[in-house]
Amino acid sequence: MGMEKVDKIINSDYELGFEVDIEEEKAPPGLSEDTIRFISAKKNEPQWMLDLRLKAYHAWLKMEEPRWAKVTYPPIDYQSISYWAAPKKALESLEEVDPEILRAYEKLGIPLEEQKALAGVAVDAVFDSVSVKTTFVEELNKLGIIFCSISEAIRDYPDLVKKYMFSVVPMTDNFFAALNSAVFSDGTFVYIPKGVKCPMELSTYFRINAQNTGQFERTLIIADEGSYVSYNEGCSAPSRDENQLHAAVVELIAHKDAHINYSTIQNWYPGDAEGRGGIYNFVTKRGLCEGENSKITWTQVETGSVITWKYPSCILKGDNSVGEFYSVAITRLAQQADTGTKMIHIGKNTKSVIISKGISAQKGQNSYRGLVKMHESATGAKNYSECDSLLIGDRCGAHTFPYLESKCESAQIEHEATTSKISEEQLFYLRQRGIKEEDAVSMIVHGFCKDVLSKLPMEFAVEAKALLDLTLEGSVG
Amino acid sequence: MSTMMKIKDLHAQIGDKQILKGIDLELLKGKVHAIMGPNGAGKSTLSKAIVGHPDVEVTKGTIVYKDKDITDWEPEERALEGIFMAFQHPVEIPGVNNAYFLRTALNAKRKHLGLPPLNAAEFLRLLKEKIKELGMREEMIHRSLNEGFSGGEKKLNEILQMEILEPDFVILDEIDSGLDIDALKKVSEAINKMRTPDRTFMIITHYRKILDYIEPDFVHVLKNGKVLKTGGIEIVDALEKEGYKIFEEV
Repeated sequence: MGMEKVDKIINSDYELGFEVDIEEEKAPPGLSEDTIRFISAKKNEPQWMLDLRLKAYHAWLKMEEPRWAKVTYPPIDYQSISYWAAPKKALESLEEVDPEILRAYEKLGIPLEEQKALAGVAVDAVFDSVSVKTTFVEELNKLGIIFCSISEAIRDYPDLVKKYMFSVVPMTDNFFAALNSAVFSDGTFVYIPKGVKCPMELSTYFRINAQNTGQFERTLIIADEGSYVSYNEGCSAPSRDENQLHAAVVELIAHKDAHINYSTIQNWYPGDAEGRGGIYNFVTKRGLCEGENSKITWTQVETGSVITWKYPSCILKGDNSVGEFYSVAITRLAQQADTGTKMIHIGKNTKSVIISKGISAQKGQNSYRGLVKMHESATGAKNYSECDSLLIGDRCGAHTFPYLESKCESAQIEHEATTSKISEEQLFYLRQRGIKEEDAVSMIVHGFCKDVLSKLPMEFAVEAKALLDLTLEGSVG
Repeated sequence: MSTMMKIKDLHAQIGDKQILKGIDLELLKGKVHAIMGPNGAGKSTLSKAIVGHPDVEVTKGTIVYKDKDITDWEPEERALEGIFMAFQHPVEIPGVNNAYFLRTALNAKRKHLGLPPLNAAEFLRLLKEKIKELGMREEMIHRSLNEGFSGGEKKLNEILQMEILEPDFVILDEIDSGLDIDALKKVSEAINKMRTPDRTFMIITHYRKILDYIEPDFVHVLKNGKVLKTGGIEIVDALEKEGYKIFEEV
């Protein structure tokens, strides 16, 4: 589409946006009020959502990109990015897919039909995920569970969205969250009613064939009183995206006695050995333990992206509420990760656990950054943090930045940190017992990550282990 | 008597330091060979050269095992062919379950031999039988490999691995160091039970004590990177009295 036509569209009344040719894949680069009107119109959003987006946009204009993380990358030109892309056209067959990606699918043991779905190939009727999804959603509906895209939720459940969106991550929380609030493409919405235990793992897997959520994903999960949900985000299959900048926002709300398990496997394109082409991943994830005895658990296995800036956090507001963070982050090639968590203790007897495992290989740089804050009201609160780093080779690095703030005398904070190397002696010991070198490395790494992997739902853990092996293949020696 | 391993004119270095300067040694099937010698004689380097430790670079000479020249083989290939070393200082590997590790090692070996792998239940039965024989505490097999084990427990765990893997050529690198007399007896008994006409042992030690429990067929004295003397147990008696200097001018 020519610039002229675009100008015409975005300068005209935004409803005209619907006339855009359906074959068009992308909005023209650049970010302005008109871009946001364009996105909102494309998504058929109500006026109130557009107003919120515009508010976020104006706030974002006044904000500055954070520079405190231990990552370096060239300046991002926000006017050169395209902020809206239509769902991609399906490919004809797997033969059109990058062989490197196919090889990875094979190593990860992903069934053929699933490979097609992941790679964006048109799938056979047998694996029609629409029917899978329908059965699945029907079962959830019987229980009153809402599981849909955030765009649908904005249209169909405006009261819930208005009440909770921006309630945990305010639109002006930080530069990237504000950007996401203005231009978010799509994402997931989950609502679990009072007293309902969601009977299955909710996973974005069921939305594989749904439209490409794009680079500005937004997720909102609400667990009402006494409910339980386990949500799995991402998958081990390698993801490539021509959009280099990703800035997602995830908000979780756990009411009284509710428990949310949020697991992530992230394998975005990490770039080449010099980091070229890798995804920039600037994510804001935060959970609010609103009610007493509520619990939020973040578990993540991060192997992808060239730059990662991510701190899944918990605000422990309800008395006796619990926040947990279990993380494995691998950096190799020229990847840089600055990741960790924030545990904000407000309620009485709140507890938090942080287990962070960083693995660095080749030229990877891995930083743990964590804040534990005890408010005056958090009497009897407890935190335990453990940050371990494993180095493979001698060109990589590991860094730990723990921040502890306590205004409460009766609160206890315990922090442990270790850095170790996969030693020649450990490898040799296993090889002397007849175990091949790559299997020996895998065994040592799995052992190192055990405390985190054991927190993942079983099938997800199997995927994560296979992903660790694939990621570290050839990283040793 | 047939030869298990023949080491010929072996020269090896660690870093820039030449340590083995022409070792000639023949190790026989079904026999126990004790290797003695002062610190720095090259005992550890010799055992590392046999198992293919990456620190040791063989610059000259050959190691022939079961009629195959293994001088350039990968460590795991040697292990699968039946070479086993009980380490002097077994390394700790956090998070790696001891039983899981052992089953992986055993099944790697079974695969090499063309045998089907043992499943978890079959393996556990075998393992429990072995640890009972060794008088080990059962909970040790469920702990991380060597992590938090006492010195004695680590050595017993090496012996356990030997019993499970049933190697043909066993190097015991100062297995007696750090063991009290009861533990030494226990370890020696286990080793004696493993003595068969098909299995060769190479015991590296500084002390006579272990050789009272495990009687060697041959004693070799190493000094300055060479084999200085080969004989029977009588050599140990002479060493006890006079020290290593008695062999120097031979």
